[in-house]
Amino acid sequence: MLRYIGRRLLYMLLSLFLIITATFFLMRAAPGGPFSGEKKLPPEIEKNLNEFYGLDRPWYEQYFDYLTSIAQWDFGPSFKYKGQTVNDLINSGFPVSFFLGMEALLIAVGMGVLLGIIAALNHNKWQDYAAMIFAVLGISVPSFIMASLLQYVLAIKLGVFPVARWESFMHTILPAIALATGPTAFIARLTRSSMLEVLSNDYIRTAKAKGLSRMQITVRHAIRNALLPVVSYLGPLSAGVITGSFVIEKIFGIPGLGSHFVLSISNRDYTVIMGVTVFYSIILLAAILLVDIAYGLIDPRIKLAGGKKGE
Amino acid sequence: MEKLLEVKNLEVSFQTYGGEVQAVRGVSFHVNKGETLAIVGESGSGKSVTSQTIMRLIPMPPGKIKNGQILFNGEDLVKKTDKEMEQIRGKDIGMIFQDPMTSLNPTMKVGKQIMEVLIKHQNMSPAQAKERAIELLKLVGIPMPEKRVNQYPHEFSGGMRQRAMIAVALASNPKLLIADEPTTALDVTIQAQILELMKDLQKKMGTSIIFITHDLGVVANMADRVAVMYAGKIVEMGTVDEIFYDPRHPYTWGLLASMPSLDSDDKKELAAIPGSPPDLTNPPKGDAFAPRNPYAMRIDFEQEPPLFKISDTHYAATWLLHPDAPKVEPPEAVKKRLRKLSSNYDKPIIVKESE
Amino acid sequence: MQQIPKEMFQPASVDLSEAEKISKPSLSFWKDVSIRFRKNKLAMFGLVLLFILVFMAIFGPMMTPHDYRTNDLMNTNKPPSAEHWFGTDDLGRDIFARTWYGARISLFIGVAAALIDLFIGVLWGGIAAFRGGRTDEVMMRIADILWGVPYLLLVILLMVVLEQGLGTMILAMTITGWINMARIVRGQVLQLKNQEYVLAAQTLGASTSRIMFRHLIPNTMGPILVTMTLTIPSAIFTEAFLSYLGLGVPQPLASWGTMASDGVSALQYYPWRLFFPATMICLTIFAFNVVGDGLRDALDPRLRK
Repeated sequence: MLRYIGRRLLYMLLSLFLIITATFFLMRAAPGGPFSGEKKLPPEIEKNLNEFYGLDRPWYEQYFDYLTSIAQWDFGPSFKYKGQTVNDLINSGFPVSFFLGMEALLIAVGMGVLLGIIAALNHNKWQDYAAMIFAVLGISVPSFIMASLLQYVLAIKLGVFPVARWESFMHTILPAIALATGPTAFIARLTRSSMLEVLSNDYIRTAKAKGLSRMQITVRHAIRNALLPVVSYLGPLSAGVITGSFVIEKIFGIPGLGSHFVLSISNRDYTVIMGVTVFYSIILLAAILLVDIAYGLIDPRIKLAGGKKGE
Repeated sequence: MEKLLEVKNLEVSFQTYGGEVQAVRGVSFHVNKGETLAIVGESGSGKSVTSQTIMRLIPMPPGKIKNGQILFNGEDLVKKTDKEMEQIRGKDIGMIFQDPMTSLNPTMKVGKQIMEVLIKHQNMSPAQAKERAIELLKLVGIPMPEKRVNQYPHEFSGGMRQRAMIAVALASNPKLLIADEPTTALDVTIQAQILELMKDLQKKMGTSIIFITHDLGVVANMADRVAVMYAGKIVEMGTVDEIFYDPRHPYTWGLLASMPSLDSDDKKELAAIPGSPPDLTNPPKGDAFAPRNPYAMRIDFEQEPPLFKISDTHYAATWLLHPDAPKVEPPEAVKKRLRKLSSNYDKPIIVKESE
Repeated sequence: MQQIPKEMFQPASVDLSEAEKISKPSLSFWKDVSIRFRKNKLAMFGLVLLFILVFMAIFGPMMTPHDYRTNDLMNTNKPPSAEHWFGTDDLGRDIFARTWYGARISLFIGVAAALIDLFIGVLWGGIAAFRGGRTDEVMMRIADILWGVPYLLLVILLMVVLEQGLGTMILAMTITGWINMARIVRGQVLQLKNQEYVLAAQTLGASTSRIMFRHLIPNTMGPILVTMTLTIPSAIFTEAFLSYLGLGVPQPLASWGTMASDGVSALQYYPWRLFFPATMICLTIFAFNVVGDGLRDALDPRLRK
C-alpha cells in the first residue's frame, strides 16, 4: 500500500514539475509577457515582479527561485493589479469555487448513479430510453450554452431562482445544476453500462440460484461492483468540475477562483494565469491521487503493492 | 423408488436476431431420491438450458418455456411465480456452475457468500451463519476454514473456489443439486478430487444430483443413470451399465468411440463424430443427427424416430431399432464392450409415436 | 404400428464430408459489424445527420449570396427572413453563411485533432508494444507523466501564450491528446500479439509485415475507430469552450464556438444568434456520440451471435 502510494506520488510530482516548467517557459516566451520587457510597466508592479522573479537575473536562477516559491505555497504577484497576489485571489476565490464544485459533484454523482441504475435495471424499457436520451443530450450541449439557457428560462423568465451573484444558498442551486449537467449525464452512462456488464456476470446468476430476491441481488451484488468504475471516474470528474466552473462562475457572476482566472485570461494577466494554473494542477493531481487510494481500499482485488489486479 | 423431480415434455426457446432458437425440444426425464442422473451431450445440445430451466434461471425474455411441466415434489415449477421460486432456489435445489473463477462475487468475502444462503433460508443470525459457514468450508475440505471464511475469492485457487461453490450450493441441505459441468474448467487432478467430494457429500446428505457434462468418462463413476442429449432432445437414456455396455443410438456409439480409455492397447485413432450440431433456428426434418450419422437410412431424413423401450429403464430414439431396419454393427470400440444384459426385453417396444 | 414402406430403411447415401459444411453462412468480421451497426436505429440516424452536416458544410455557404465576413451595418440583428435565412448578427453578417462556414472550421478542428492523435498515438503505442521491454517501459512512463498534466489547463495556457489561430488550437489540443490513443493502441497490440492466431500465423511462417497487415491492423481497428469518433466531438466541445473564454479563432473567422459565445450575450433579445450555432454544435456532438456508441456496440464480439 505504502509503496503504491509512494509510486503514485512520484508520478504526480513529475507531472506537476512538468506543468510548472511548461508554464514558466511558456510565459518567458509570451510576447508582451512579464519577461519580454516590451512594455513599460507601472513602477510598483515592476518592483513586485522584480522582487518575486528577479527579472534582471539569468533564467535558470529565475526558474529555481520560482520552483522554490511554489514549494513554499507562494504563487507570486499580479502582473496587472498592484498590491494583488495570486495567493490573495486563491484565498478569496477558492472557498467559493470549492463549495460550488462540491455541490455540483454531489448532484452529479447522486443523480448520475440513480439514473444509470434505473436505466440498467429496466434495460430496453422506456425508463432506459428516457434516461439515455437525457444522458446523450447532457453530453451534447456545451456547458456555457446549457448554463445560459437554464439562467434564461429558470431565472429570467420564470423567476424560480436568482439570476446571478453569490448571496444565499438559493443562489448556489442553479449554477450547481448547470455545472453538474454534463458530469451527471456522463456518470449515468458509465453507471448504466457498468451495471449492465455486472448484471451479465456469472456471479449474479449464482446469487439468483441462491434464492436471493431481485432487490437483494441488485443491492448486495450488483451495485457495489458497478460503482467501482464510477469511483475511478471521480478524478477526471473533479477536473471537469474545475474547468466547468470557469464558465459557470462567469455566467452567474460568482466571485470564485474560476471567474478570477477567466478575467486574468481576458486581461492577459500572465503571472496570475501562471499561478492559478499551477494551483489548479496541484489540486487536481491531489484529487486524482486520493481517488486512486480510495479505489484501492474499496476493491479487494487490487493488491496495492504493484497497483495491478491481483490474481 | 420415489421420484423427486419429473420433467415432462419440456420445450424452451430463445428469441434472437436470427429467429427463434428451439434449444430444448420436448425433453422428459425424472430423478429419483438420492440418485445421480447424468445428462451428457455436446455443447449446444440443450443440456445446460434444461438444467437452468429447472431452476428458472433462464432470462425471459429472450427465453421462453413453450411447453411442458417440471414437477418437483409434485409441484409444477413452471407455474411458480418469481417470489415462490426464491423459496426453492438455494433451499430445495442448489446449483454449481462451470466456471468457479467467475461464479463467485469477486468483491464479497467467501464466508459472506455462504452466509447469505443460511440467513435467507435457515433464518440464522449472522453469528450463527458464520459459524455454520466455517463448518461448511471444513466439510468441503478447505483447510483453515476460520481464516478462509474472511478471504475473497481471488485468494482461493480454482479447485478451492469450486469447493466453496459446493458449500454455497449445499448450505441449506437441498434435496436436489444441479451441477452444470462442475469440473470442466479445472485441472484433471483437481477434477477427480471434486468428483470424490461430491460423491462423498451425496452419501452423507442423501442429495439427488443432476450432473451435466460432455465428458462420458466422468459419468461412468458418478452417475446411476445417464441421459444423452442431442439437438435439444434426449436420444438415449438408461442406467450407466445400459449406456456403457449396451448402447443403441448411433450418437451414443459415436460418443463412446470418441472416448479415450486406458485399457485399449491397440494403437487405433480415436473416432471423432464428423460435423457439428444442427442450427436449432431451423431444426432439420427427420432425425436431427442423420446428416452426421454413418448409419443413416432414408427414413431418417423424412421422419423423426419414435422412442423405443429396450428395458424397463432403457430408452432410445432411433430408427435402427425398428423391426424393418437392417442389422448394423456398431463401431469397433463400442462392439468390444457390448454385453448381453438380462433385463432387456426380447424386442424393443415403441412407446411413443413420432409426430 | 404405423406402416412404413420397406425401402425407407435402405441406408441413405450420407456424404459425411457434407456434415463438415457449416450450415450458417459465415460472415466476415466487417460485414457482421456493418449489419449490426445498421440495425441500431439511433446510430444510423446519427450517421445520416453527419452526412447532412458535412454536405451543408461543403455546399451551405454557396447556397446564399451573402458571405460570412461582409458587414452590413444597416441590417444588424435581423431575425430570420427570406433574405437572411438564419438572420444576421450584430455586424449585419449573414448567420446562415456564417453557420456553414463555421461548420467547416469546427469540423476541420475536430477531424484534424483526431487524425493527429491517431498518427502519433499509433506510432507511439505501436512502437512501445512491438518493442516491448525497456522501450515500452520508458515510453509508457513518459505517457503516464504527460497524462497527469491537466488537459484543459495546458490548452488554455498554450492558447494564451501562442498566437491565436486554427493551427495553435489544433496544436494545443493534440499536445497531450494523443496519449489516450497511444494507450489504446498499445493495449490492443499487446493483447493481440500474444493471441493464439497470431502465434499460429507465426508458426506457419507468416512474415511480420503480413501479420501486421492481415491480423493486427484489422483487429485493432475497432477500438481505434471508436476512439476517433469520440475524439472529434470532444475537440468541437473544447473549441466552443475556448471560444467562450475569448481564446477562439480570431475575427472575422467564424466557428460554431465563437458564434455561440457571441450569441449567449444576446440571448435575451436576439435568440436566433445563439440558436443556430448552438443547435449545430449539439447536433454534431450528438451525432458523433451515437455513431461512436453504435460502432462500439457493433464491434463488441461478445454481442456476436
